[in-house]
Amino acid sequence: MNATIRPGGPVRLVLVDDHAMFRAGVRSELTAAGAGVVDIVGEAPDVDSAVAVIREQRPDVVLLDVHLPGGGGVEVMRRQPSPDTCYLALSVSDAAEDVIGTIRGGARGYVTKTITGPELVDAVGRVADGDAVFSPRLAGFVLDAFAGSIDVAAVDEDLDRLTEREREVMRLIARGYAYKEVAKELFISVKTVETHMSSTLRKLQLSSRHELTRWANDRRLL
Amino acid sequence: MTTTSRPPTAPPGPLVPRRAFRDLSEPVAGGVAGGLARHLALPVLWVRVFFVAAALLGGFGIMLYAGLWIFLPADRALDVSAPGLESATRAGKRPGRGRRVIDAGPAVALGALAFGIVLGFESLLGQGFLFWPVVLGVAGVALLWRQADETQRERWLDTTGRIDPFGAVFGSGGWASYARIVLGAGLVIVGLGLFAFRNGQFQVAGDIVVAGLLGILGLGLVVGPWALRLVDDLAAERAERVRTQERADMAAHLHDSVLQTLALIQKNSHDSTTVARLARSQERDLRQWLFSTDEADATTVAGELRAMAAAVETDHPVLVDVVTVGDCPLDEQTRPVALAAREAVVNAAKHAGVPRVDVYAEVSDRSVDVFVRDRGAGFVPEGIAADRHGVRNSILDRMHRHGGSAEVRSAPGDGTEVRLHMPLDQRPAPQQEEKP
Repeated sequence: MNATIRPGGPVRLVLVDDHAMFRAGVRSELTAAGAGVVDIVGEAPDVDSAVAVIREQRPDVVLLDVHLPGGGGVEVMRRQPSPDTCYLALSVSDAAEDVIGTIRGGARGYVTKTITGPELVDAVGRVADGDAVFSPRLAGFVLDAFAGSIDVAAVDEDLDRLTEREREVMRLIARGYAYKEVAKELFISVKTVETHMSSTLRKLQLSSRHELTRWANDRRLL
Repeated sequence: MTTTSRPPTAPPGPLVPRRAFRDLSEPVAGGVAGGLARHLALPVLWVRVFFVAAALLGGFGIMLYAGLWIFLPADRALDVSAPGLESATRAGKRPGRGRRVIDAGPAVALGALAFGIVLGFESLLGQGFLFWPVVLGVAGVALLWRQADETQRERWLDTTGRIDPFGAVFGSGGWASYARIVLGAGLVIVGLGLFAFRNGQFQVAGDIVVAGLLGILGLGLVVGPWALRLVDDLAAERAERVRTQERADMAAHLHDSVLQTLALIQKNSHDSTTVARLARSQERDLRQWLFSTDEADATTVAGELRAMAAAVETDHPVLVDVVTVGDCPLDEQTRPVALAAREAVVNAAKHAGVPRVDVYAEVSDRSVDVFVRDRGAGFVPEGIAADRHGVRNSILDRMHRHGGSAEVRSAPGDGTEVRLHMPLDQRPAPQQEEKP
């Protein structure tokens, strides 16, 4: 896939990862594959400096590592350094609780570190446009979480509210289908696929808040 | 552990005694109720209600709670996840459970409840002679024990292994621990003072004796928790040391293998296929050690598929990405699916001419579904020559023979997807479904 120049100027991106070598690698890949699409405006190796850089630069997208000194990627999102910034988790971890935890913390998507440069540029673009980005593995985790077979500390009935269609879309993503192929397979538009994925993501993120209310309600604290 | 005689109905495998632990992940006071609830498989609310109700029976519940708090070990020491994740946890790199304001809810409710009980007693019995000192003392001791839990937990997370006398009391500090110690000690002292003051009115002579005794008692109460825990900790630390050594051995081993691979990569840097294969196999090796909680053995469907992917990757220059949802044991019914999937992956690796194959397996109660997909050359499924047996025998016929179904979707230039579906009958009755 070739990167198209974005109408509103390039996506301003901050790169957060505690390994300098990895940052350098991603930077060179993004520069090569995303010229004119992605503009790297800052880098940070840990939570505190990430918060500072994001607050100062107000980027469109933050490429966020899950394992980060100072409390992990979730901590960066929790401190909300910039309200309009979207987060894309980039992780090597295969532990479901890390991945699902980060998504619940507010990340718009999750991609693995073996992703190719053009795919990463595409994912960054999608996140900047407000879409959700699911790698096959994340889709697998999501299905697992919604089926209740992963014990993500707090999986509750709220998760069951994934519609059959959303489940179907996740299944196809887990099978390695691209968005376009999902749309073709299900006879729906790409836009609809994106809507399904966004709502899946929202349910996943919301469920922790619902669970909180339910927890308090069960104990007659509210 | 040796087991001499077991009833014949006992399931095979090592016998693990069920022990109750305190649940320190979100304790209201000592995590006793949470731990008990998990042990007895009851809703935690019931256990809490039981304790509160029992507390009204002359304080029986409080005594019981305190006793269990002292004697039940905390569970944190026994939580072991994969070494790579543990290391990331210790370095503070993983997202932790954030403390939310609402987490304090139960504690506040408990406090209010206790206060209510106190007022109730007062209205019933009037100003008791011993009552307030005892209440304050109990509250103070509870706070001190809470801090002891906190300190103990931090010591588990601490890797340096040094015991620092300040840290032994305050943990890594923070206003919460200081407040707990000061408030706890303060309450104990106020309780004692109140007792001595009221006493003093009547028994001036016994005063000194009582004060001395109380001093010793107070000291014992403060030091007691740590002294008692020390015995528990010794066992925990021994286990931890064994684990650490094991881990160090493993790390050394992996270190060697990683370095070997890197050396090979340097030598073969001109050959991108070899480099990719080496990197991939090394990644798999490391990943298994770092992240997998269950061994990727071939006794379950997911494990078998992963093992299959690894084998195919070693033999062919492709990357096989396996995503699994759910899992079930590999038995007579599910083995054909795994074998057919292997055949499909090998076919894709050989003929598709692309560097990547996606495998997705979903195991539900009713069926096992496996999808093998590539974006390669593709072919016309109807046009397979009659003498080619791979697809027909190993995939289609095998699945049909065992009661499942298979479908090959492919078109030239559009890649190939093999869909395998195997219905599962009721799990407990492993029957063979051999059709004639």
